[in-house]
Amino acid sequence: MATVKFEEALARLEAIVAELERGELPLDDSMRIFEEGVKLSKNCLKILEDAEHRVEILVKDKDGKKRARPFDLEGGAGSGENGGEDEA
Amino acid sequence: MPYGGPLPRAILTVSALTALLRTHIESVFSDVWVEGEVSNLRVPSSGHAYFTLKDQASQIRAVLFRSIGQALRFALKDGMRLVCRGRVTVYEPRGDYQVVVEYAEPKGIGALQLAFEQLKERLAAEGLFDPARKRALPNFPRRIGVVTSPTGAAIRDIIQVLHKRFPAVDILINPVTVQGTGAAAEIAQAIAELNELGGSDVLIVGRGGGSLEDLWPFNEEIVARAIAASRIPVVSAVGHEIDFTIADFVADVRAPTPSAAAELVVRDRKEIRIQVQGLRERAAHAVRTGLRDRRRRVDAERRSLADPAALVERAMQRRDDLEIRLRLALVARVRDVRAAVEALRHDVLLQSPLHGIRQKLALVPHVRMRLEQRIQIALALWRRSVQDAAEMLHSLSPLAILGRGYSITRRWPDLTLLRAASDVAPGEAVHVRLASGELVCEVRRVGENLQPG
Repeated sequence: MATVKFEEALARLEAIVAELERGELPLDDSMRIFEEGVKLSKNCLKILEDAEHRVEILVKDKDGKKRARPFDLEGGAGSGENGGEDEA
Repeated sequence: MPYGGPLPRAILTVSALTALLRTHIESVFSDVWVEGEVSNLRVPSSGHAYFTLKDQASQIRAVLFRSIGQALRFALKDGMRLVCRGRVTVYEPRGDYQVVVEYAEPKGIGALQLAFEQLKERLAAEGLFDPARKRALPNFPRRIGVVTSPTGAAIRDIIQVLHKRFPAVDILINPVTVQGTGAAAEIAQAIAELNELGGSDVLIVGRGGGSLEDLWPFNEEIVARAIAASRIPVVSAVGHEIDFTIADFVADVRAPTPSAAAELVVRDRKEIRIQVQGLRERAAHAVRTGLRDRRRRVDAERRSLADPAALVERAMQRRDDLEIRLRLALVARVRDVRAAVEALRHDVLLQSPLHGIRQKLALVPHVRMRLEQRIQIALALWRRSVQDAAEMLHSLSPLAILGRGYSITRRWPDLTLLRAASDVAPGEAVHVRLASGELVCEVRRVGENLQPG
């Protein structure tokens, strides 16, 4: 998800900077990857500010299989206490 | 039978006597504590442990049945000093008495401590703690699996720290009991489940601090093996700072507390922000530098390809200048030579006494001729070097460009340099400088790709 993109974006950004610092690219290629780098860095910073994250807990369903449910820190499992227990 | 009296002889069978002894012994010694050193330990496939407890003077047989032995958590070893609680029984087939051990603890060191040391030693010997086995944690995990109690402080701390440091990461909790019987099996299973389920990039397995008893599940072999078998890197996070558990030794990374584990698995976004901004600045700097270098290069090239008319003008001026200087130098030289001749003639006239005047005068034309010859030679040499210099100048000058067929066209009569056909209109006149000679022409047509006719 976002963090995978983040890691790739950061790696690409590092590669772009290295390429630009080598200074061997033709001008238009430099400008092109520079713009790409600016875009990437903006995306990275945006992901960093992104406050959205999922917290889930595995809860055993009626069929005995565990499934992820939203987890609420205050109330324990979102749909029931003590995730892992069966629920009606 | 001659045996003093009619006392009835109560003759017991061996079995009866053994049974009597057994009943007696087992009722009297139904609950005893005994301390001794383990020797002759044998554990057959049944899992029951048979050994001898001894001290300096005596020994007694003992048996530790499998079910009790498992609950002890540590393993018996020959030479171990043991405090046992149990009952004494008689093994009738052999008439042996023995202690059936119901509880045992090592003398001096706590049972848990001993179990811990033993398991640690065994797993270490197996290579489970080998640094080469440790996997690196992912740089940017997208999801973090957490095996802990859903109601403890640990999960609260972990969520809080993760949220603060790197919000764009998901958390999946596999809830377990973290203390008491069965906790170890639950923890081990939860680790295996998260592996099967997939999607987690790193696992945090742990709980908050507690007594050695509370932390015990994390010292159990089943948990150690589950951690070792996990394909996902595991961070152990048990207790508060100082408690080390077996899980800590097996885990890929040991965190002293659950909060610390959360800090270990994600990088601080402030740090990353600085890194990203740094990269952006470096990119911008590299581009600026690249542009500046290129501009310099272009400027240099443009300068070297400067306007040909200006080049020609400058070259002509330099040539004229050189010519004038050469001419002046020649004139000066001729003047010097003439002065020398005059001086010489003067000397000759002065030196000659009257009687030799005629003779000396006769010499004068000869001397004069030689001097003039030398002047001619000097002049020829000078002319030659002037010519050479001019030729060299010409070969170096942009005039040579004209020699290759180019021409310089200027508007007539104002001599503005023309770079585009559209700078003139039909009917206007232009001045064309060729390698040799100049033209003044009238413009008939203006355009591109003009064809004759």
